Amino acid sequence: MNMDFEPDFTPEYAPFRAEVRAFLHDKLPASLRHKVLHGLRLNKDDFVLWQRILHAHGWGAPNWPLQYGGTSWNAVQQAIFDEECARAGAPRQLPFGLKMLAPVLMRFGTETQRKTLLPGIVSGDVWWCQGYSEPGAGSDLASLKTRAVRDGDDYIVTGQKTWTTLGQYADWMFCLVRTDTAAKPQQGISFLLIDMRSPGVSVRPIITLDGEHEVNEVWLDAVRVPVANRIGDENQGWTIAKYLLGHERSNIAGVGIAKRELSRLKDLVARESKPGRTLQDDPLFASRIAQLEIDLLALEITQLRMLQREGPPGPESSMLKVLGSELQQRVAELLMHAAGHRALSFEFQTPDSGNKDEDESGRLAAQYANWRKLSIFGGSNEIQNGILARALGL
Amino acid sequence: MQWHATEQQSQLADALERFMQRDYSFEQRRALAAGAGFSPQSWALLAELGITALLVPETFGGLGASVQDGLHALQTLAPALPLEPVVASSLLATHLLSGCSETAAARAWLPRMAEGRAIATPAHFEAEQGFATEQPQTQARHDGDGWLLHGAKSLVLQAQFADVLLVSATADDGQMAWFAVEPGRSGVHLRAYPLLDGQRAANVTFDGVRLLAAARIDRPGQGAALYGAMRDVWLAALCAEAVGILQATLDATVTYLNTRQQFGQPIGRFQVLQHRAVRMWMELEQARSMALLAADVCTQGDAVQRTRLLAAAKARVGQACSYVSQQAVQLHGGMGMTDEMQVSHWFKRLTVIELWLHDSDSHLQRYANSLRAA
Repeated sequence: MNMDFEPDFTPEYAPFRAEVRAFLHDKLPASLRHKVLHGLRLNKDDFVLWQRILHAHGWGAPNWPLQYGGTSWNAVQQAIFDEECARAGAPRQLPFGLKMLAPVLMRFGTETQRKTLLPGIVSGDVWWCQGYSEPGAGSDLASLKTRAVRDGDDYIVTGQKTWTTLGQYADWMFCLVRTDTAAKPQQGISFLLIDMRSPGVSVRPIITLDGEHEVNEVWLDAVRVPVANRIGDENQGWTIAKYLLGHERSNIAGVGIAKRELSRLKDLVARESKPGRTLQDDPLFASRIAQLEIDLLALEITQLRMLQREGPPGPESSMLKVLGSELQQRVAELLMHAAGHRALSFEFQTPDSGNKDEDESGRLAAQYANWRKLSIFGGSNEIQNGILARALGL
Repeated sequence: MQWHATEQQSQLADALERFMQRDYSFEQRRALAAGAGFSPQSWALLAELGITALLVPETFGGLGASVQDGLHALQTLAPALPLEPVVASSLLATHLLSGCSETAAARAWLPRMAEGRAIATPAHFEAEQGFATEQPQTQARHDGDGWLLHGAKSLVLQAQFADVLLVSATADDGQMAWFAVEPGRSGVHLRAYPLLDGQRAANVTFDGVRLLAAARIDRPGQGAALYGAMRDVWLAALCAEAVGILQATLDATVTYLNTRQQFGQPIGRFQVLQHRAVRMWMELEQARSMALLAADVCTQGDAVQRTRLLAAAKARVGQACSYVSQQAVQLHGGMGMTDEMQVSHWFKRLTVIELWLHDSDSHLQRYANSLRAA
C-alpha cells in the first residue's frame, strides 16, 4: 500500500506514531523483520528477544497501567502501536501472559501474586501458555473435565488440555479446572497456575495442516499444584474466564497485520504476470484487491470508533474479531492465488534460492492453511455471532 | 474525522425525531406517496425546524451550518423517507448556489430557499449518459444579452414542486455552465413520474428557452468544478441517508424476529436467523464507518484522494444497502413483500441509493483504477 495515499484517521497522534516508527526503525533486528515479512517460522528466542527489546524501552506491556510496568497508553495508542509493529515486521507479542493472565491478576489476584508474577511476564523471562480447551470442551468450554481435588495445601490435578499454543516453550500454564463436580457446570470451575516442570505434566505436539508444530496437548497426571497458585476464590473460575472474554479489544481486528499482508500482495501482483498480461492489469483481480482494501478501510474506521467509545468494551470485540479474521483470511487466500503455481511448493523453511518470488511463494500456501485458525480460535466466529445476536436482543 | 455528534447536531436530531413521530409517520408518508407526492405542511414544518435554512450562508438569512451538519440531519431524517426535496433543494441546490454566492441568481434564490418559500432542484443528468453525464448535451447559446437553452434532462428530483431548476448546459465556449430556469417559462416541458422509492422526479425538455443574462448562476469556467463539488456532497449524502435507513431496517427486523411465532417460538430463536441478523448489523456498522469517512472528505482535501475515498465509501455502503435490504425482506417472510410493511419501503429506497450516482461495482472499479494509477 502506498503510504502517501493512505488517509490518517488519527492525526492528533502523529507524533506518537512517529515515535513508534522511529523506535521500530532503530531497534527491530533485521533478522526478525526478515522472518516476519517473509512468513518464516519464528522460534522461542525470536519472541523472547523482541519482548526484551520492548521491555528495555519501557514498552513491554502496552496494555498495562504504569504502576505494573506498563505504558498507560489509551486504546487508540495501543492500536497504533500494534499496527506499526505489525507493518514494520515485528513479531507479535504473545498474548498469553500480557493480555490474558495479567488483566486477571490485576483484577482477581492477591498483591503477592501480582508482585511475583507480573515482572516475569513483561520482561519476557517467563513464558506462559493457556490451558482452557479440552478434547471434549471447545466452544462449550464450561463442560471441561480436568479435575482438581483438594489435598491439604495442594490440588491434585488430572486431565487433558489441548490446542495449547506454543506450550512446548512454556514455563507456566494458566488453567481452568473443575473443583466441584456437583455444581452446575459454570459454577464448579477454578483458575489455577501450573508449573510446567511439575511431575505429571507432559506436552505432546499436534502437527497442524501446514506442517507446523504450533499447538500441543498437555496431559496432567496427578499434578500437585499449591492452593496458593489459585487466582481468585475456589469455583470463581468461570467469572474470571468471562472477564477475560471481551476485556481485550485492542488489536483483536488485526488491522496492522492485514495492512502488511495487503502490501505484500500488491508487491507480488506488481511482479507477477499471467499469460498475455500482467496480473496488475487483470480487472477481476484488481477489483478483488480493491474490495479488500475498501473493507480494510471500513474495518479500521470501525475499530477506531469502537476504541473511542466510553465505558467497558462490549460485544464490539466480537464484531472486530469476526470481521478482522475474515479479512486476514481473504488476504492470505488472494496472496496464494497471486503466486499461482509457485504457491504450491510446500517447504517449511524456504531455502535462499536467490529468487525472491520463489522464496516467498513457498510459504504462502502454508500461511493460507494456517490462517484458517483465525476464525476458529479464541471463540469461533459462530460463537462470536451468538454473542452478537444476544447483544442485538435476539 | 468527526467521531461524535456536536451538541447542535444532537439538538436538531432530537427535534427531527419528534417531527418524524408526530408529523411524518409511516402511514402519513404512505398516503402521501400514493397521492400528491409532496406535503406543503410538512415542508413548512421542516423549514420551521431549520432544515431549509441550515446550509444557506448567514448573509442570505440562513444558519450557515456545515455540509457535515446537513448530512447528520439527513441521516436522522432518512428512515422517514421524506418525499420533500430535503436533499435536492436544502442540501444540493443550496450547496451549488452557495458556491457562486456573488451572482444575482444566488442572491435571488438563497434567501427564499432559506425560509422554505422556494424550492430549487439540480437538473444535470441526461438520458444518454445518465449518472455519467460530465459534458451535457444540453446547449446554452448566447442570444443577445441573454441565453437560449436547448436540450433535455432526466431524473430531476421533485421538479414538479420546484420554483427553479438549476440546469447544467454546455455553453458556447464548450464549458459547463449553470442556469436558474423557472419551470413555468415558455419552452420548458416537464414529464413527472414516481421513482421506485416513491419520490417524484421528472424529465425536463428545454425547447429554445430564452434566459436573461442574470439567469447564469456561475462564472465562466466554474461549471464543471461546481458539479464535481455537488456530486461529492451527493455521494456523502447517499451514504448518510443509507446509514439512517439501514439502522431502522435492522431494528425493525430484530423486532419482527422477536415477535413472529412459528413452530411454537419466536423465529429469532433460530440460530440461522440470528446469525443473518448479526451479519446485517456488521454491514450496517461498516457502512456507518464509510459514511463517516465520506462526510469527512466530501468537502475538503486533495481531489484525487477525495474521489478515491468517496468511491470506496459509495461502493461499501451500496453493498450494505443490497445485503441488508434483501435480508430484511427475506427475514420478514411474506410480510416483507407487502406494501403495508415499512420494511418494503426501506428496501426500495436502499435499492435506489445503491443505483444512484453509480452502483457498487462501478465504484469498486473506479477505486481499483485509482490504485493502478497511484
